[in-house]
Amino acid sequence: MRKKGPRRSKWLINTVLAVICIIWFVPTLGLLVSSFRPAADILQTGWWKIIPHRDWAAVDTITLDRETDLRQPITVNGVTFSDAQLREGVVQDGNRLVWENRRARTISVQEKQWVMMTNFTLQNYQTVLGGKSYQITMPDGGTKTEQGSGMSQSFWNTLAVTVPATVIPIFIASFAAYAFAWLRFPGRKLFFIIIIALLVVPLQVALIPILRDYTSLGLNGTYFGIWLAHSAFGLPLITYFMYNSISQLPKDLFESAFMDGATNFTIFSRLILPLSVPALASISIFQFLWVWNDYLVSLIFLGSQPNVQVMSMKIANLVGSRGNDWHLLTAAAFISMLMPLAVFFALQRYFVRGLLGGSVKG
Amino acid sequence: MEVQVKKGKGNTLRLLLLSVLVPALNIAIHWLIFLFFRDSGLPPVLNALIAVVWGALGIYSIYYTLNWVVEQYPDQWKRRILPFVFIGPAVLLLGWLLVLPTLRTLYLSFLDAGSQNFVGLSNYAAVFTDRLLATALRNNLLWVFVGTVLCVSIGLLIAILADRSSFEKVAKAIIFMPMAISFVAAGVIWKFIYYYQPEQQQIGLLNAIVVAMGGEPQAWISMIQPWNNLFLIAILVWMQTGFAMVIFSAAIKSIPEDMLEAARMDGAGEVRIFFSIMIPYISGTLLSVTTTIIVFTLKIFDVVMIMTGGQYDTEVVATQFYRQLFMYQNAGYGSTLAIVLLIAVIPVIMINLRQFRREGGF
Repeated sequence: MRKKGPRRSKWLINTVLAVICIIWFVPTLGLLVSSFRPAADILQTGWWKIIPHRDWAAVDTITLDRETDLRQPITVNGVTFSDAQLREGVVQDGNRLVWENRRARTISVQEKQWVMMTNFTLQNYQTVLGGKSYQITMPDGGTKTEQGSGMSQSFWNTLAVTVPATVIPIFIASFAAYAFAWLRFPGRKLFFIIIIALLVVPLQVALIPILRDYTSLGLNGTYFGIWLAHSAFGLPLITYFMYNSISQLPKDLFESAFMDGATNFTIFSRLILPLSVPALASISIFQFLWVWNDYLVSLIFLGSQPNVQVMSMKIANLVGSRGNDWHLLTAAAFISMLMPLAVFFALQRYFVRGLLGGSVKG
Repeated sequence: MEVQVKKGKGNTLRLLLLSVLVPALNIAIHWLIFLFFRDSGLPPVLNALIAVVWGALGIYSIYYTLNWVVEQYPDQWKRRILPFVFIGPAVLLLGWLLVLPTLRTLYLSFLDAGSQNFVGLSNYAAVFTDRLLATALRNNLLWVFVGTVLCVSIGLLIAILADRSSFEKVAKAIIFMPMAISFVAAGVIWKFIYYYQPEQQQIGLLNAIVVAMGGEPQAWISMIQPWNNLFLIAILVWMQTGFAMVIFSAAIKSIPEDMLEAARMDGAGEVRIFFSIMIPYISGTLLSVTTTIIVFTLKIFDVVMIMTGGQYDTEVVATQFYRQLFMYQNAGYGSTLAIVLLIAVIPVIMINLRQFRREGGF
């Protein structure tokens, strides 16, 4: 047990840390809240307006004569205002008068009240996930037809890229790690040193030649091509990580298994893999999240094929083409975060262990 | 005797045949599956499912069949060949997709834009003289310096605060969470925070705060060059501080309690303890976290691509690499930028290798 300081400093520590945590948490919260707000609301009011606050709320409507001349002073309830004042909103006896509809000559009478903006919708998610067109209401009251973004297809594409791109390198790396740890062969040391050197090599250095090979082999824009690329980029770290774990297993284990006549292959699949489950879980989470969140590798190797686009590319395209459509961007971003956040919260223990066990890959 | 020799010969032939046929069949089968898969145009869900099954089972079946071939060999051969079957796929993949491409990129960096003529070191000279490339280099240095200093110092601060607070777990989870999401999603989150609407109500959090405090709203990521880079770096800090914090937190907890206790007995204040006990004790961790974040920041790509696309003087080396390659079709500049990144990580490779040797190597 760590000795706790005096109560006052403890209070100070808690406050400072709480402030930092709020700063860290608010950005994500803003995204989540906004993704459920109607398009019109997002553009008119900040998302924090969903918190109860004092604001003007309409309590009454005054209808003026339709023929009222707006260039002359306007008389409302015996007091005169100018058109500009009514456009801005003018406070009188604690009430605020503002044009509700200037052309129809109606004035809204507002009072300060506790209000919350609790207008939530699932429309944004429908639009983003689907491929059809949708009608949405715009801030000026008009409607606009919007093409769906087809996020659900890219969700499946992402899954089709990510799962094999996690399983394949982990298999390959575990076999290699087993050989490095427990088998003797010429060149073992050299190969391993190369793998350690490759740990931090920036993957940009490999992209141009791979792209040329892929183009001539017809692998561009295919799942298979990107699996191989992700596998190769992940291999050094996974091999190093699995080597650290497998080489720590007790030696007697192997000796008794060999005595029983087991082959290396059976030892590996019946003994080593089950014993390495925690390590495998940690490194799988890492590779999975890395591939799921990746943008650069997919952009380069899948960029030519729109129908295999992964979510990160889809969102990046949305940012480029519909940069101000926050109702779409927030929903799309949140969909892409669902899987990583689920993995993170469910498997945080393994995640942290993975971090402590290896560095972050190149 | 004669019969045995004959049988041995037949066996050798059979072994040779198997050793050629089985790998060849493996390649052929998977290439056929790949072709079928590429041209079939299945619906995305089915596509994803088949991809997952093929990716996972395929890799296992390759090892299984290769191992079966090796099992047919006489014992002493088995022992020699098996390690190469185990590390073979890893070595082939790394060789084809990482080692050879690095050498080829190095070669391309001495050729001109179309990879036709030898131009010596002129591409390297351009990195420092061409305005676009030099800006990218300058910004990347800013990223590495500011980003790393902030991540490490804030991470350390939070680790120490969390260790003494009453809600350590929750605080750590909140700070750590951004690490799980993608830079693309984080880009959307922060673009929304920095969002600027001229002449209207500010729906971006940062501008709303500025307005509430009586300031003028700004277009943070485009207007105030070169300070706009700092607003992009803030995103990196938001995402990577959690990484530093988790590792520092584990290191701090490993400091022996009696060491701290003894220092307190001697009347050392908390600040003194921090600088003369904690910092020296965790200096190894400090170094490895710093190098990891430096390596990571050197290759920063997604954030810049999403937030500005490299406009407004925010280009970094990795985005410029992409631009040179795909937009200007200049493989010479592209390769040179990749090699610049590689040169920048060489010291880290050296540190890793020395560390590996010190830990006993093999």
